[in-house]
Amino acid sequence: MTLAMLGEAWRAMGANRLRTLLTMLGMVIGVGAVVLMMSIGQGAQYAIKQSIAAMGSNLFILLSGSSSSGGVRSGSGGGYTLNVADGEAISELPGVAAVAPIHPGSAQVIYGPNNWNTSVIGTTPDYLSARSWNITSGSAFTASDVRSSTRVALIGRTAAQNLFGDEDPVGKTIRIRQSPFLILGTLALKGQGMDGRDQDDTILIPLSTAQRQVFGTQFPGSVRMMMVQTTTQEIMPQVERSMNELLRQRHRIREGMDNDFYLRNLTAAADSAAESTRVMSLLLGAIASVSLLVGGIGIMNIMLVSVTERTREIGIRMAIGARQRDILLQFLLEAIIISVLGCSIGLLLGIGGALLVESLTGTAVIISVSAVLVAFSVAATVGIFFGYYPARKAAQLDPIEALRYQ
Amino acid sequence: MPDALINIAGLHKAYQTAAGPFPVLKDVSLSIVAGEFVAIMGHSGSGKSTLMNILGCLDSATTGEYRLTGRNVAQLGKDELAHLRNGTIGFVFQGFNLLQRMTLLDNVALPLIYCGVEREERQVRALDLLSKVGLADKAQSLPNQISGGQQQRVAIARALVNRPSLILADEPTGNLDSHTSAEIMALFESLNRDGITIVLVTHEDDIARYAQRQIHFQDGRIVSDQVTPAKVTS
Repeated sequence: MTLAMLGEAWRAMGANRLRTLLTMLGMVIGVGAVVLMMSIGQGAQYAIKQSIAAMGSNLFILLSGSSSSGGVRSGSGGGYTLNVADGEAISELPGVAAVAPIHPGSAQVIYGPNNWNTSVIGTTPDYLSARSWNITSGSAFTASDVRSSTRVALIGRTAAQNLFGDEDPVGKTIRIRQSPFLILGTLALKGQGMDGRDQDDTILIPLSTAQRQVFGTQFPGSVRMMMVQTTTQEIMPQVERSMNELLRQRHRIREGMDNDFYLRNLTAAADSAAESTRVMSLLLGAIASVSLLVGGIGIMNIMLVSVTERTREIGIRMAIGARQRDILLQFLLEAIIISVLGCSIGLLLGIGGALLVESLTGTAVIISVSAVLVAFSVAATVGIFFGYYPARKAAQLDPIEALRYQ
Repeated sequence: MPDALINIAGLHKAYQTAAGPFPVLKDVSLSIVAGEFVAIMGHSGSGKSTLMNILGCLDSATTGEYRLTGRNVAQLGKDELAHLRNGTIGFVFQGFNLLQRMTLLDNVALPLIYCGVEREERQVRALDLLSKVGLADKAQSLPNQISGGQQQRVAIARALVNRPSLILADEPTGNLDSHTSAEIMALFESLNRDGITIVLVTHEDDIARYAQRQIHFQDGRIVSDQVTPAKVTS
């Protein structure tokens, strides 16, 4: 029965191909636009998430306060108001997962005939976990390396390529500012940072080694910055409060006086970037949905015309025994076929368009099954919803009136 | 009459107009037994077409009782009425009312869709009826490819496909020339001989003459109900 109806609906659509095609076009464009926009939006979100993950999650950056000498004030991180003991105290706080004091710098590095100027970061093993940075070969240095200022190093992919080419760096000795360092391990590929810098162009060495043997410092044990990672994102505000309190206490800052340190929530900044792309893709999706709605209205429009045009046919069908629900089903099926076909073509075009955008611009594009399913089911629902009213109108025609209709 | 196919008693029908109710049928009582061939005659506006619509369960009476095969039609729901139109009644219209987009075969098979007959059987039965009206070779033609007389034969085949006990024909020869009309009426006669009750609306005496019984309408009332004179002699 339904099968026979399906055949009839198909035939009715075939009888007016151009009109059917144009009606379908509304759905095609609607679904195509939604799928394309969602793919691009999700691609952008994915790219942002990737760079956040590369940065490390649940991170605070703790910068020392500015110093001032002779009226010249350095910026934040300019003084050495933080020290390793602060770090150790912070790591005792509940909710803190890792604390990594950092002494950044850059230095000329030599291996054999090659030399390369790269960023050299003195830090502790916690730095790796805070930035969720893995070792691909060899091993990381340990806390005892930091305690005893051994000359060991971990090398990033870019630095390694420039110094070693295809050679395996592990176990080799490089010279940083004339001091020999043993490469313990290589760091996993990290890619571009949020600021566009190549994060793989780096060498990590123990903090104490950096301070005492490479860069030298007036205040050994004091650092300009630390990375603090919390166990969860939810606990970050609480940790921020307790860290503030702790440091004010340790630095003997009286009530009403300014902090001599700066605490920045990196994750919050990254999250806002992610949030803005999310809103952006939502907006794109919303605009695309409007075309879906317009497509649905197009279906209703054409179905209403079709019902009027075929009033006499409806009368004949009723006279030979069609029930109201038979007529309803017939017209509803037409609307459903148009919208489902339109959806399918729109899906293909949307996916095709997304792939085209990817290959032309290199923008990351993600075609998620859920987005496709949502677009499809929304479109089908729209078609059925807008097809129902004309179909009901057809079903409720008075058979005598309909038969008289010219 | 216990075994009457159609039994109408005290039927009134009025249409609501701006000037108040306009009576079309006034106190019509009528009984038609299975196997009869009845012509309902009258001028236009005499109420015969309204009666036909009521007989065909397309319209309902304002007051009065209509029993079809013993069932009180007024008490039936829309689906049951559709079922009656589908299985008990076959319609033949003046304007043929075939669906132009469909082949003749599909047109004839159409009523069977609404009672859930399988495709194979639909085709077999439709083809059987088409050959009965002599158009089996045109099964795949479209209505506009054949003559009016042929179209009416297809319409009759469609009316018959679900084996109805009653054929209602509303001016079935109104659009046909006299020769073709005679052919169509001969077809009705042979159907009647097979036991199908036929109720025919016409305003032409020579068409009405094919029926065994003629009922004349005037201003919504039955003015005469008699056996066809020619049939008495034959």
